[in-house]
Amino acid sequence: MTQPLLQVDDLHVRFPIAGGGLLGTGKRMLHAVNGISFSLAKGECLSIVGESGCGKSTTALSILGLQEPTEGAIRYRGQPLNGPGAPGRMQRAKAVQMVFQDPYASLNPRQSVRTSLAAPLRLHGITAASEIEGRIEAMLKNVGLTPEQAKRYPHEFSGGQRQRIGIARALILEPEIVVLDEPVSALDVSIRAQIINLLLDLQEKLGLSYIMISHDLSVVEHMSDRVLVMFFGEVVEEGGWRQIFEAPTHPYTRRLIAAIPDPDVALKPVGRQDERAEMPLLAGRRFVSDGRASPDVFTPPAPSELVEIGANHKVRLAMA
Amino acid sequence: MTAPLLDIRDLRLGVAAGRTVTHPLLKGVSFQIMPGEAYGLVGESGSGKSVTSLAVMGLLKKPLAVSGGEILFKGQNLLSLPKREMRRLRGNRITMIFQEPMTALNPLSTVGRQIAEMFVLHQGKSWDEAHKLAVEALANVRVPNPERRAKNFPHQMSGGLRQRVMIAMALACNPDLLIADEPTTALDVTVQAEVLRLIKELCAARGTAVLFISHDLGVIASICQRVGVMYGGCLVEENETRALFDNPRHDYTRGLLGALPRLGSRSEHGRQRLVDIDSIIADRSKLTETRFIAPRVVEGGQL
Repeated sequence: MTQPLLQVDDLHVRFPIAGGGLLGTGKRMLHAVNGISFSLAKGECLSIVGESGCGKSTTALSILGLQEPTEGAIRYRGQPLNGPGAPGRMQRAKAVQMVFQDPYASLNPRQSVRTSLAAPLRLHGITAASEIEGRIEAMLKNVGLTPEQAKRYPHEFSGGQRQRIGIARALILEPEIVVLDEPVSALDVSIRAQIINLLLDLQEKLGLSYIMISHDLSVVEHMSDRVLVMFFGEVVEEGGWRQIFEAPTHPYTRRLIAAIPDPDVALKPVGRQDERAEMPLLAGRRFVSDGRASPDVFTPPAPSELVEIGANHKVRLAMA
Repeated sequence: MTAPLLDIRDLRLGVAAGRTVTHPLLKGVSFQIMPGEAYGLVGESGSGKSVTSLAVMGLLKKPLAVSGGEILFKGQNLLSLPKREMRRLRGNRITMIFQEPMTALNPLSTVGRQIAEMFVLHQGKSWDEAHKLAVEALANVRVPNPERRAKNFPHQMSGGLRQRVMIAMALACNPDLLIADEPTTALDVTVQAEVLRLIKELCAARGTAVLFISHDLGVIASICQRVGVMYGGCLVEENETRALFDNPRHDYTRGLLGALPRLGSRSEHGRQRLVDIDSIIADRSKLTETRFIAPRVVEGGQL
């Protein structure tokens, strides 16, 4: 078996919550991410879905090195990305980059596009003006902008164009992994389609691997190869996009999919499958939660495990 | 045939400079909403859907001003109504819920008091009575522990709960028309589904008509009987929801529907690129000059 590009093992992130007794005794910990493991193959798009506060962004920040995990290992091509022996920011920057949700907030308003794109190149030792120009020009063409637009400032662009600049900036160091944090949720429908198409084109052309964080499941179905469904810091279901969307098993996954406002489903004469319908028991085992009540985030969850129920299709069940 | 509840006729508005309108934002919009009907306005940012709703509410702020047309509510032109009369209607017969429930609620007052205020102002109830009704109103929008929740301040509630409070306030006086401007955009999908179901059920039970504004075609489809598609200050197409989705006739509507990733389409057709509206419509500025497509336009009518 080939080595995965990125391997995450038993990732935990906890945040101390203010309060408790003197000297920090009795300090409570918030379990944002609770033992997540997954791998990412070259050229694959893995989506992490779930509601606000489920830990999907924290997971992404850990991979980017912006949030040190409390426990667990992240490996990139077999090399640790966290803990002792982790590479510095500069090496990491060439491996993983991020496209942010809000193209208005994530670009420096005082930097022209050229300055924004040239800075990472300079920092990484590319100083020849001609090479910098050449790479910026090629990258702008890649994302559907013209080289002449490099001298402009963010406020001169529309939302969709700014997101293109955000993508160009993430790709300029030629990373292998790009984390997409809600890449289209701030955009209008027609612009959203253009950016989705662009991301798919770039993925094919440059052989990129994506980790996409999203709560928009129709976009996730459209773009992903594999999907992780997170609920309160844990993965409750994992599988290929077909398995997740055609045969969702965990009650929470079913709820999420049933909640998508999709015109075709809403207008079908027969209502969609009732989300409250009785869940089949899997080999006599039950689910820990039905994804309705929020568990207490301060106490460790009830013992459960991810069980393989099909080829590469896993679901979280209570310990037998 | 029953008379429409809301009849907007050739509404024009824009940025006013003195007596002339310099930048038109609505270029003659007409549509009708029947009593008890849920009508959806869908369009992208800047298409004019929100200013339409603000005009109905009489909440346009300078420099925006109406330059022509009529807004008839139960046959009465709201545009020529004195401010006092308009205030009496607003919050009572016509109410509105907004996208961001945090900014729409008063942070310094408990939610119970804010709902009770509706009964005091519009129905002349005493505060004691109004508080009881407010708790009832919270129970109606399925807020758990309504007595306790009524004493909460907005910041003590989640986004979904705050939006329920907004709905409770908006429906407090059994209005004839509820205007919902992107009420679920800021919410998580599962919460969105619950809030939509709530709006749909409560309005159907009370016979309240809804003007639902959204950029999300899926949300519109799940709640509205008829839809108007807006672009550039014009209504470009209007039809019954089913018919609009099954058989969009305007290029822009077609583009908008094709740009939407649909659930299940990948299983059927594989992963395709989404439709790029700009590839269908070479020149967007010409769009608003094309003819409005109403359902009565005969099949095959040329654009």
